[in-house]
Amino acid sequence: MNPISKPDFTPVPELRKMQLAKLQKLIPYEYEHVALFRQRCDEKGVKPRDLVTLADLAKFPFMKKTDLRDEYPLGLTAAPMHDIVRFHCSSGTTGKPICIPSTQGDLDIWSEGAARCLAMYGITQDDVVQVSYGYGLFTGGLGAHYGAERLGCAVLPTGAGNTEKQIMLMQDLGVTVICCTPSYFLHLATVAEKMGIDFRRDTKLKHGVFGAEPWTDEIRERIEQISGITAHDIYGLTEIAGPGVAGNCQHCHGLHIWEDHFYPEIIDPDTLEVLPDGEQGELVFTTLDRLGTPMVRYRTRDISRLQTGECPCGRTMRVMDRIHARSDDMLIIHGVNVFPSQIEACLMKVPEVAPHYMIDLSSTDTMDRFEIKVEVTAEAFSDDIRALEGLRRRVLDAVKSVVGLSPKITLVAPGSLPRSEGKIKRVIDNRRK
Amino acid sequence: MTIKQLSVFLENKPGQLAGIMKTLAEADVNIVTLSLANAPEFGIVRMIADDHVKGADALAKAGYAVRETEVVAVTVPDRPGGMADLTAKLDRAGVDIEYSYAYSLGHGEKAILVFRFDDNAKAEAALAAEQT
Repeated sequence: MNPISKPDFTPVPELRKMQLAKLQKLIPYEYEHVALFRQRCDEKGVKPRDLVTLADLAKFPFMKKTDLRDEYPLGLTAAPMHDIVRFHCSSGTTGKPICIPSTQGDLDIWSEGAARCLAMYGITQDDVVQVSYGYGLFTGGLGAHYGAERLGCAVLPTGAGNTEKQIMLMQDLGVTVICCTPSYFLHLATVAEKMGIDFRRDTKLKHGVFGAEPWTDEIRERIEQISGITAHDIYGLTEIAGPGVAGNCQHCHGLHIWEDHFYPEIIDPDTLEVLPDGEQGELVFTTLDRLGTPMVRYRTRDISRLQTGECPCGRTMRVMDRIHARSDDMLIIHGVNVFPSQIEACLMKVPEVAPHYMIDLSSTDTMDRFEIKVEVTAEAFSDDIRALEGLRRRVLDAVKSVVGLSPKITLVAPGSLPRSEGKIKRVIDNRRK
Repeated sequence: MTIKQLSVFLENKPGQLAGIMKTLAEADVNIVTLSLANAPEFGIVRMIADDHVKGADALAKAGYAVRETEVVAVTVPDRPGGMADLTAKLDRAGVDIEYSYAYSLGHGEKAILVFRFDDNAKAEAALAAEQT
């Protein structure tokens, strides 16, 4: 066993003691350095010293994605800039991102988490790891990268895109592990097939480390069947750390959470009550060691469950169900967070289209299909095909510039999309669940 | 001569044209000729109707994106070289044809075509000598 995996097997009593000790340091630290947390504690009449047992965490206020946006850029930063070494950002509903500054210690914990996931998958220092997640503000690329380096793997930082070259490098360098979104891997497989390349015959690929978007058992089976690799699930989120918060072992139908660093709770999203292990609800995380942007009870909006019972692999870290749904309207398309309101804001910038639109998501054999139907106004309709094509192009550019994805834009007749007085359904998500 | 044409936006899905036709039929509007143009994701149906005002009104009320546009009806001699003479004239005048479709193919001697030019007036002037 790789020494990095040792904490995975911490005896439960010791683990709980450690979690409590860490929380008893974290809560006063957060209270002292983050005004919003202090204010909310004061409103609730709860003091840091009220945290006596792990169950007492339930007395403390939640943090939400909207808080991260409202406090953008540095309102939730607890450490001085002197100690900050990196920023990661992800998109928000109004184009305003959320920003997570990290200290070196924060990044080390994240890398450790990612490395422990890779080690759990059976990846070792002898492996060659291709990181095809996007690099940059997005946590996917750098998270997998530093995790793999931490484990001592040889890392090939291709980033996303330029697929044919990726396949060439994969062959030439004897890549054994690929880290990317499951939909990108399926795309890669399609391109490889066109190039006449068989993963089993022409590459040394053994493992795929997939995350950043919800994916299903069916997709996992499909990936394994077409490529002969073992598909592993890695979970993470920018607000808590990137990929490396949790991952699956070879036994469990779910993901072991590295709860020595990331403390999980499941709550009822309506009553906000903590639910016992075994019940499904919204996943909430508290970062136990993070100093740059500590999060107390961050509501992930991911729907999951903490499983009961012991895992045959011997790891004591609790197992959460794989994520199939979010409790709010945020969409994850090709690994990118997209809010319908973002799309709406883009469409509003193009005066010739009506503010009536429909986001239509479906799955083709290999990729998620992302279509936006938008009504052309009667006024803007012209007899000229080129003018209408130009309009379609402008809508596409407006969406692309904000969301970073290129959906199919379909112009539809005025009044043809459903209307409603109340809460309208703007999204049809028929992707494979 | 310049005549009015109705252009209607068509979504790229089955039943679109049927809905437009039904609307016009119910308004008692007769369609003299029509042409379908398609882009990859949508189309435009262009029509000459016996009563374009009534037709446009009915379609707009039914919620269609409709536009009245001007096109030029040109009589072309129904013989070899008839179209060649016409296009040569247009070429000399420097007029571009945006699109064209048949209005009436006549019965032996003449055909009438509908044209949309980049400059209808200029095209008409250039063709004036050709009209019989």
